[in-house]
Amino acid sequence: MKEQKWNELPEGVIIPEGGNSQGSYIVAGWRTFKPVVNLDKCIHCMTCWIMCPDNAIEAKGGKMIGFDYEACKGCGVCAEVCPVKVIDMVKEER
Amino acid sequence: MKVALETNQLIALAMKQIEPHVVAAYPITPSTEVVQEFSQYVANGDVRTEFVPVESEHSAMSACLAASLSGARVMTATASQGLAFMWEMLHIAAASRAPIVTIVANRALSAPINIHGDHADSMGARDTGWLQLWAETAQEAYDNTIQAIKIAEDPRVRFPMLVNYDGFTTSHAVETVEILEDDQVRNFIGSIPKPQYSLLDTEHPTSFGVLALQDYYMEFRKAQAEAYKNVKDVVLEVADAYAKLTGRKYGILEDYKLDDADVVLVAMNSAAGTAKDTVDALRKEGKKVGVLKIRLFRPFPVEEIREALKNAKAVAVMDRAYTFGGPAGPLFEEVATAMVNQNQKPLLGDFVTGLGGRDITTDEIKQIFDTGYKALEKGAFEPLVNWVGVRE
Repeated sequence: MKEQKWNELPEGVIIPEGGNSQGSYIVAGWRTFKPVVNLDKCIHCMTCWIMCPDNAIEAKGGKMIGFDYEACKGCGVCAEVCPVKVIDMVKEER
Repeated sequence: MKVALETNQLIALAMKQIEPHVVAAYPITPSTEVVQEFSQYVANGDVRTEFVPVESEHSAMSACLAASLSGARVMTATASQGLAFMWEMLHIAAASRAPIVTIVANRALSAPINIHGDHADSMGARDTGWLQLWAETAQEAYDNTIQAIKIAEDPRVRFPMLVNYDGFTTSHAVETVEILEDDQVRNFIGSIPKPQYSLLDTEHPTSFGVLALQDYYMEFRKAQAEAYKNVKDVVLEVADAYAKLTGRKYGILEDYKLDDADVVLVAMNSAAGTAKDTVDALRKEGKKVGVLKIRLFRPFPVEEIREALKNAKAVAVMDRAYTFGGPAGPLFEEVATAMVNQNQKPLLGDFVTGLGGRDITTDEIKQIFDTGYKALEKGAFEPLVNWVGVRE
């Protein structure tokens, strides 16, 4: 994508569209633990999707399908709130 | 129509005439009565304004910001610690191009605690990106309040603006002033121009308060810095329209007997009036002295300052605030920056006066002019910074 010059930006500190955080910056480089879900046992209650502070739960058709690891900071809220305990926090290997 | 009111009550009346959509405020001395009187107008049903009695100034400015970004006409009032407590939101409001108008009855900052007139609060806000108008009298404070709405909301501007007047000296003084009828005020300011992007425009989703890192931050900041170049033209246009309505003409600066003045005093707010009286007295003694009063402090009118001071031989800048650990007071630093690359420039000296509400007397202003004449003899202001009226 061509980077805009200062005089090509819209007025104020805005982006004239919604949902633009995905794919623009990787903001999860410091994660220590990452969430891993066992989808065979997931009941798709979507509690993790509601509670995730970073919109990092990926969903399709009303069902939880995984994580956006470019947004997930590894905070562990999803694993904590999961009522059937099917999300594990696994140490990142680098 | 003429009325005699305390300036704070007068400004609350101006706000009633403006009838903003939203006022979010936390009262603080010496601008308390602005909020108090306006909240009474709201309670009595005189205005349809949504009044948000928040728990702090930080919340006041946060609420004002969100309302403004939704496209509402928004005002608040504060002073001193209150303005300081708004600090981080002030930067965000300016960068977000939220045209909020904030009334400030200028007051000293703590410590020590002091509730009186001093410019430390708004001088502290000089790098936040807010526009600033300053007023010598109650009449000017009223006129600036109405003009500020039209300036800030102009689509060529869209920046927030502080409307300043001195705490107590002006805020609690009763003056007879000429006011407009409500419908004259409303016709003059019109309705707020619809912003291109709005928080409540669900048809066009927009991200506000976005992140911009090494790849974009400088471009956002450069775009903001450039946008101030439109402001002076709009200030003058609005002043012209206001003069047609009221007969009262304002500029960016006010010259007082500058044409042939050798020694010029630069002043802001109420001290400018005392300085003009002093000039009248000194002129009778044959001294060629004058006053340059700054009405528009942000954006700083560099070209106008250069033009106004081009014939002066010595310029004494009055600072009613200080930059601790810095080279001089804040107004001096700005005036000196404006003059630094001029081929012909006057001698420049800084005079710190009236901190914490200490009276600025005609005797002290005479003393400042004397120091200006001595500088002409010596070829320099020595020292550069002079504290006037302090016990030594």
